[in-house]
Amino acid sequence: MSIEQGVGKTRSGLFSRLFGALRKPEEEPVTDEWLDRLEEALLRADLSVSLVDPVMLQVRDVVREGRAKTVPKVLDAVRDALVAVIPPAAEAPAGTPRVILVVGVNGSGKTTFAAKLAKRLRDGGEKPLLAAADTFRAAAIEQLESWAQRLQLPVVSGRPGGDPAAVVFDAIQAARSRGNSVVIADTAGRLHTKGYLMDELEKIVRVAGRAREGAPDEVLLVLDGTQGQNAILQAREFTKAAKVTGLVVTKLDGTAKGGAVFAIANDLGLPVRWLGVGEKAEDLVPMDARAYVTAMLPNG
Amino acid sequence: MFEQLQDRLAATFATLQGRPRVTEADLEEALRDVRVALLEADVSFKVVKQLVATVRERAIGQQVVQSVSGAQQVVKIVHDALVEMLGSEASPLERATTAPTVIVMVGLQGSGKTTTSAKIANVLRKQGRKPVLVTVDVHRPAAMDQLEALGKQLGLPVRRADPKSVPLDGGDTVIVDTAGRLHIDEAMMAEVESIVAATHPTEVLLVVDAMAGQDAVDAASAFKARLPITGLVLAKVDSDARGGASLSIRAATGIPVKLMGTGEKLDAIEVFHPDRLAQRILGMGDVVTLVEKAQEVVDQKEAEEQAKKLLEARFTLDDFYTQLQQLKKMGPLGDLLKMIPGMGQLAKQLPQGPEAERELRKVEAIISSMTRGERADPSIVNGSRRKRIARGSGTTVSDVNQLLKQFEEMRKLMKQLGGMAKGGRLPYHLPLRR
Repeated sequence: MSIEQGVGKTRSGLFSRLFGALRKPEEEPVTDEWLDRLEEALLRADLSVSLVDPVMLQVRDVVREGRAKTVPKVLDAVRDALVAVIPPAAEAPAGTPRVILVVGVNGSGKTTFAAKLAKRLRDGGEKPLLAAADTFRAAAIEQLESWAQRLQLPVVSGRPGGDPAAVVFDAIQAARSRGNSVVIADTAGRLHTKGYLMDELEKIVRVAGRAREGAPDEVLLVLDGTQGQNAILQAREFTKAAKVTGLVVTKLDGTAKGGAVFAIANDLGLPVRWLGVGEKAEDLVPMDARAYVTAMLPNG
Repeated sequence: MFEQLQDRLAATFATLQGRPRVTEADLEEALRDVRVALLEADVSFKVVKQLVATVRERAIGQQVVQSVSGAQQVVKIVHDALVEMLGSEASPLERATTAPTVIVMVGLQGSGKTTTSAKIANVLRKQGRKPVLVTVDVHRPAAMDQLEALGKQLGLPVRRADPKSVPLDGGDTVIVDTAGRLHIDEAMMAEVESIVAATHPTEVLLVVDAMAGQDAVDAASAFKARLPITGLVLAKVDSDARGGASLSIRAATGIPVKLMGTGEKLDAIEVFHPDRLAQRILGMGDVVTLVEKAQEVVDQKEAEEQAKKLLEARFTLDDFYTQLQQLKKMGPLGDLLKMIPGMGQLAKQLPQGPEAERELRKVEAIISSMTRGERADPSIVNGSRRKRIARGSGTTVSDVNQLLKQFEEMRKLMKQLGGMAKGGRLPYHLPLRR
């Protein structure tokens, strides 16, 4: 699926309804009432007050000084401001096999994302190996195994109640001997407020580094796009326990907009790597800040 | 963040102390703070607007009562408005007049339906009921395995069924776990509609993630438009989410919050008390829940004695140590402190999240390296004693200094609270329910 198709899906699926209210003819001048609705739309997209307030302040200045008079001009300015918040994703050099750790709170969509990412990398010519390292949640291993079977991808699984770090270790070893180019490890959902689970995550990272120096190459934090400002606290805690390299926003095929990710990117300087836009294996698109913001704030 | 509400208001109104009236400009400033705090807590935009308008209406022109500061008065108005929106009474699960009672669990993907289903079955069994779990989630890979594994842990029967023919026999209560679905997915919404139509449930519970954002109200409204939703279950309350979405859903749709999930273990589910949540939201403390929680690990007399000691500032490091041991059984310290009136501030000074637990272990080590005399009277702990304690506990002198300083501050604060309690502003005898 191309970026355009992916975001197109996102756009028609979720952003159009709410932001439909903002659509105005090109020549329509900006009114105070419209500015209020713009603010509402931004806040309802789960963008943080700490971002929306300064953006609105600037917008009101721009309008008052006559630098932007029409709705599309103002929308352009807002989009630019939001795009600027998301840092560009830089490709970091990775070892062989490349190790990607998938982390996040319970129910954010880690397992589905891990499967989708594996499929996408395989389709791109890589040889991925999945690691089912969620040994805690009932049937989490079966869930990833079922995906692996469906997509005909290899998987290394732990035992329920086993040591997740050991599963990751074994998977990296296995990848090396089987010639897999990348290991995607699905970990248990953990609330960022639970110290012992954050310690466990630290251990997984440590042990991965023992299996292959410098691993993991990527730690992707999966954020549920339907969640609000708590995502910021999650990101803060997860970055303390593991060196998170990028964000994934899931469940964007509903009506939620995942706007909290902008504050996270802003506060922590983390790039957004992937967007989950559906339940099917192909419903994963790489982040494109301009397209994402345009889908949030379309001209109509 | 909600705790900040009180602090923000306190700062806003600090200048107003002694004035007979809160001016309109002052009020507007405070309301701006209220708005930001509510939005940061994920309260829906529309509900925030409505709540701010209500508070404005009630606050304008109200005299500042002599003994209560303007800040507190506004906090009270906000608190009351919040309670009204949340509803003030707990709504228990209904039971069908003729068995079986059918409970259908619905919600978005990943909200916590399967875990909650098992938890509810567990609670009902403890109440002497005979629950059966039925999974009709044919969509998510291994979802049925998940419920089966949970049923096995509980020793409860789990049946797999087709959404088109849900069995309702085998117990006096049937809990039907449905697949997670998007409220805009027409085919999936039609599926759950037919499940509800066929099973005549007494309860249709919408499971909502406590960390949900602005969209939660739209999603809940869409579920309500299609299904006779009888209550909300707020899942993952053991996160540090402010749970503003739950408040919004109740306010916008009138669906009462019935239960909340408070942990990963299968007994971590509680009846939802809206008034207590509003208090906790405002950092006003939730003494009742705290005491109830304490009762699970401490006996009642001891709890009363400790509370009394606390308020009279007769509290020693020895008591603190004993409590730490009990606290460990009760959950994260920050959470507990938030339940004590006035402790929201202190909770904030403590490291949050995982750090808090590490910090707690350090505190334990320090106190256990003190002599009995030092614990009873920390003022005798001089420089060389501090060095010894630091060595003995594997910490640094500055760690020891910090603990002693914090303990002293806590005692002072408790003393003030004790004074307030005698003045009748706080419950001196803590309300013990059981």
